[in-house]
Amino acid sequence: MQGLNTVALVVFVAFFGLVTALGFVAARWRQGDLDQLHEWGLGGRRFGTVVTWFLLGGDLYTAYTFIAVPALVFGAGALGFFALPYTIIAYPFVFVVMPRLWSVSHKHGYITAADFVRGRFDSGALALAIAVTGLLATMPYIALQLVGIQVVLGAMGVEGQGVMHDLPLVIAFVILAAYTYQSGLRAPALIAIVKDAIIYVTVIAAVIVIPIELGGYGKIFDAVPRAKLILTAPKPGDLGQYSAYATLAFGSALALFLYPHSMTGVLSSSGRTVIRRNAAMLPAYSFLLALIAALGYMALAAGVKDNPAYAAGFDRYGTNFAVPALFLGAFPSWFAGFAFAAIAIGALVPAAIMSIAAANLFTRNIYKEFFRADASGKEEAAVAKLVSLVVKFGALAFIVFGRQKYAIQLQLLGGVWILQTLPAIVIGLYTRRLHRWGLLAGWAIGMATGTWMALVLEFKGTVYPLRIGGVAVAGYAGLWALVANLAVAVTSSALLDALRVESGKDATREEDYGGA
Amino acid sequence: MPAGKPSFSLWYVLLGVPFVGTLWVPFYNAVEPRAGGVPFFYWYQFVWIFIGAALTAVVYFATRDGS
Repeated sequence: MQGLNTVALVVFVAFFGLVTALGFVAARWRQGDLDQLHEWGLGGRRFGTVVTWFLLGGDLYTAYTFIAVPALVFGAGALGFFALPYTIIAYPFVFVVMPRLWSVSHKHGYITAADFVRGRFDSGALALAIAVTGLLATMPYIALQLVGIQVVLGAMGVEGQGVMHDLPLVIAFVILAAYTYQSGLRAPALIAIVKDAIIYVTVIAAVIVIPIELGGYGKIFDAVPRAKLILTAPKPGDLGQYSAYATLAFGSALALFLYPHSMTGVLSSSGRTVIRRNAAMLPAYSFLLALIAALGYMALAAGVKDNPAYAAGFDRYGTNFAVPALFLGAFPSWFAGFAFAAIAIGALVPAAIMSIAAANLFTRNIYKEFFRADASGKEEAAVAKLVSLVVKFGALAFIVFGRQKYAIQLQLLGGVWILQTLPAIVIGLYTRRLHRWGLLAGWAIGMATGTWMALVLEFKGTVYPLRIGGVAVAGYAGLWALVANLAVAVTSSALLDALRVESGKDATREEDYGGA
Repeated sequence: MPAGKPSFSLWYVLLGVPFVGTLWVPFYNAVEPRAGGVPFFYWYQFVWIFIGAALTAVVYFATRDGS
């Protein structure tokens, strides 16, 4: 590649150091007894509107988003913009549904969504299915955050040979693991404030400076191949890209807040009003995301792919190198270092929250449920801290020893899987009409259907062409699987009720949900 | 749903509007009219970010007593 970029690296390391210090100081912020799981793993459920806004923003808009969304736009054009309607409709959904989850969890001390399912449906098995799905979906997502760090390190020319090759990445992750272990959710919450600030500065500078250099937005969009500028229109017998675009947006929006790390963000807030306010305020990040997506077209217009200086980067990282290449070309070195710090810190926040969420799931719904029913709060917190380390080093090993490609494929599959927890969690928040075994059967069918579709697609994507009445309807595999899931859940629940199969005891009452 | 206080407000219907506006692709899959060089497909969806946030804010203020 193009040698070590010292100026960029110095700025990068300076910001990384600042954030590391913050991570350790965070243990003393809004001090609580970090030997209790709800303190370590949910920040004591005390985060107000502003902190929650930063935390959720830092949590949902990850480094990988920053790299992968423009990369998709760079490669696929208009279809890649589905991320925009996806985040627009996610928040009204959050506004309605998540306050109910918060209320019932607060009342009963639930720390994970699987805790809620356990209480609502009186089924350890169903809760286990929900927890395992969450773990499976989260692990590759953590690994992908590392990919984000890897790409920016590569862009600055940080490259060693052999064992040295991954050393910077390993150092970054060890630091992350240490302060997450010590400070729990308080660390990413505090770091998120810095992260979001420098990401805003970076993106706003990018969308002002780069179009000026490239001759305006008109020129940028002129560089996009005509066929990719808008979606392929339907023709007889084929809905074109319309159905793919809409189902990807809808399915992803439903899945977003089912991820354990989103749940953790929601449950750590201090009240339902905080969640409702945030549903109106989080679209500020959608605005940012739209600008980030546009970076893909700017990279196209800047001709980064044909620039021999970036050939090695594209070789190694594929289209994920588009944004780093764009920044290298358009910004002075010091600002490129700042921007890359934004991306790397943008990886740390979600990686920390994801590992905490995974640790909470393991501790509550596997360890306590099946091995140590009488575990004390202190023991829970100790196990969770340990698991957060295991999870992070698992992800690190996956990236260092495994193949990046598999992490990307597994993360796509993770989205399909996590959507299959919707009936038990979201419908469960409103009604108990679906039977616990019906929900479990639906989940199993949904998981199988989604995985099978991804297999047929050879893990290259998640848009599966279904034939409905002779018309090809390309759509998000996760959503098709959810339809199968719901169909099975509803019919088997009717059957189980008719056979009078015991449906267990509901630990919650309607008034626990705090109304609409 | 508990009796007594209304648990579902009609205001919530407003939250369905962004779903229609952004998921019905035929509304906006067009290059023209452009705005400042940006094709319709892009700026139309961009504007919906603001509409969605505004509608959510309206519903928040209108239903505030409920929580």
